Amino acid sequence: MPQPFNITNKYAAIATGLLIVLVLGAYSYNGEAGKPASLTNTDTVKWPASFGFGKTATPQQIATQDIDVRPDGLGLPVGSGTVAQGKAIYALKCIACHGSAEKVVAGAKLPAPVLVSDSASKVKAIGNYWPYASTVFDYIRRSMPYNLPGSLTNNEVYDLTAYLLNANKIIKPDAVLNAQTLPKVVMPAQKLFITDDRKDGPEIR
Amino acid sequence: MAPKYADMEKTEKDSNHDEPLINKKISRRLLLGGAATTAIVAMQSSLGKWIQVAAQQPIIKADDPTKRIGPGPSVVGKRSPFEQPVRIKSDTSSRTPLQDLYSSLTPSDLHYERHHAGVPLINPDKYELLIHGMVDKPMVFSLSDLKRFPSVTRTCFLECSGNFRTGKENMTPQEICGLTSQSEWTGVMLSTLFREIGVQPKATWFLAEGSDAAVMTRSIPVKKGFDDAMIVYAQNGEAIRPEQGYPARLLLPGWEGNTCVKWIRRIELADEPFMTREETSKYTYPVKDRIRQFSFEMDARSIITYPSYPGHLERGWVEIRGIAWTGRGKVVRVEVSTDAGKTWNPARLQEPVLDKAHTYFRYLWQWNGSETEIMSRAIDETNYTQPTLSQLVEARGADIGGYHMNPITAWQIKQDGRVLFKPESWK
Repeated sequence: MPQPFNITNKYAAIATGLLIVLVLGAYSYNGEAGKPASLTNTDTVKWPASFGFGKTATPQQIATQDIDVRPDGLGLPVGSGTVAQGKAIYALKCIACHGSAEKVVAGAKLPAPVLVSDSASKVKAIGNYWPYASTVFDYIRRSMPYNLPGSLTNNEVYDLTAYLLNANKIIKPDAVLNAQTLPKVVMPAQKLFITDDRKDGPEIR
Repeated sequence: MAPKYADMEKTEKDSNHDEPLINKKISRRLLLGGAATTAIVAMQSSLGKWIQVAAQQPIIKADDPTKRIGPGPSVVGKRSPFEQPVRIKSDTSSRTPLQDLYSSLTPSDLHYERHHAGVPLINPDKYELLIHGMVDKPMVFSLSDLKRFPSVTRTCFLECSGNFRTGKENMTPQEICGLTSQSEWTGVMLSTLFREIGVQPKATWFLAEGSDAAVMTRSIPVKKGFDDAMIVYAQNGEAIRPEQGYPARLLLPGWEGNTCVKWIRRIELADEPFMTREETSKYTYPVKDRIRQFSFEMDARSIITYPSYPGHLERGWVEIRGIAWTGRGKVVRVEVSTDAGKTWNPARLQEPVLDKAHTYFRYLWQWNGSETEIMSRAIDETNYTQPTLSQLVEARGADIGGYHMNPITAWQIKQDGRVLFKPESWK
């Protein structure tokens, strides 16, 4: 509802106006030419070389978390594994979800055919789709088995990697995997991969 | 308290003074029945003499909100019991009910989810982000450290690159493409952290690693890290939700959701990509005789969310509504066709149109009752027009995978007003 104008409001209005002029004046003194500092998009105070927040990471801190393995083998731990041992561990710790050639688990998300394939199959599997052997090791080590992630020893991960690569006909049954041999495994699908070739613009790709 | 007043207990308790008349006079039976009734009241006759007459009492309905005091303030608000939008969930994801929303923003509790080993419970006091590798100073930041840095707020969409379903007419926008949501995010620019630790010039990629049970990882070009990447700890003004990465996640505006690693615990700078499972065996797709990898940007897309299945259309004026978005900048134009794609007309875009954000569009139409198809297409600032499914198949081959599919979505309008999705097959 409109309020009748009275003398108190008039003085208040004048006082407020004066305040705005003073405040704006103060800001423009610190801001860019003729522009109140409050309307600029950059800090008026120059950033320091370092804010000094956080702590220096110790080598131990890095070592406990740095579990990734790259295609060139960087990050592979000490240890080794064989196809035969991998088969035994698979039967014990993986078969319940993933099944096997002999025992396909009905309704399981990842039954055996998805883990094991040859290049003729359309189903995306390690043998026909995974471009690097290092990924098999890295993924098993960081997130398997699903119900107990991160519980496998490095040797067990080498064993399982050997078993799966052999089941996919990529390495021989007597192959031994370790930090030296695993990066040398060439995956059949590697040659199929291309980096994103879409780009800005009207072309549909 | 008399049993017949049981349903008015609270009202009576709360009104010791100025007690409303209805508390005394209206019985429970009357309230529920809502019938008009009469009462004996005193009136002055034309001769000035007081007489008793029967007077009509007001009709009071049990659900009349003007006749009962409602509940008072609460510590946490909730939706009207008449509004119950819900996500549709599977074992590994849940989808935003796009058809229930009226603007481009997604309420936090309806943001889509996709996770690979469940939602981790992370104590913010124990949270740490480690940044190491090809850097001058490997550092560990606590959550409060991250919050001390200069902060930035931006609104953008997040979309899973597997956001495409088709196959039957009875599909809602939520079922077709509910793996896109929009929030206002607040956090620290990754470039601010990169500056703090000193990224070495030879570093071209970084690994982003989550602290969920999948310890999920993606390799990201350092250029994106300097461009507009953020470590965000807030969503729509409050702490980020657990399903969205509490207490902190990576946000790469415009890029596929999987790259925006949630519950981020570690960033490692390197001179080549790490070839993790999610960027090799997943989130890649066949393009003719090759497999496309590191497909990051989400291409322009739109969908009409009203009218849509299972809605029913009335003849006459209808405002067609929907959302459009692109990971390559701003949506500059949305076009709507109401004649099965023969002609296209520009829709109104809701201002402000934001970079890499859902943009709400509206198009006024008069439906004459005849059968037709309605659809929308987004055009982005790089002059890219959202394609049809057949254009995508032509460009990528019939073996087209489920990733990065952004075809035009068409709705069939039947003569009786039914609205049905128009599924298309391509094999």
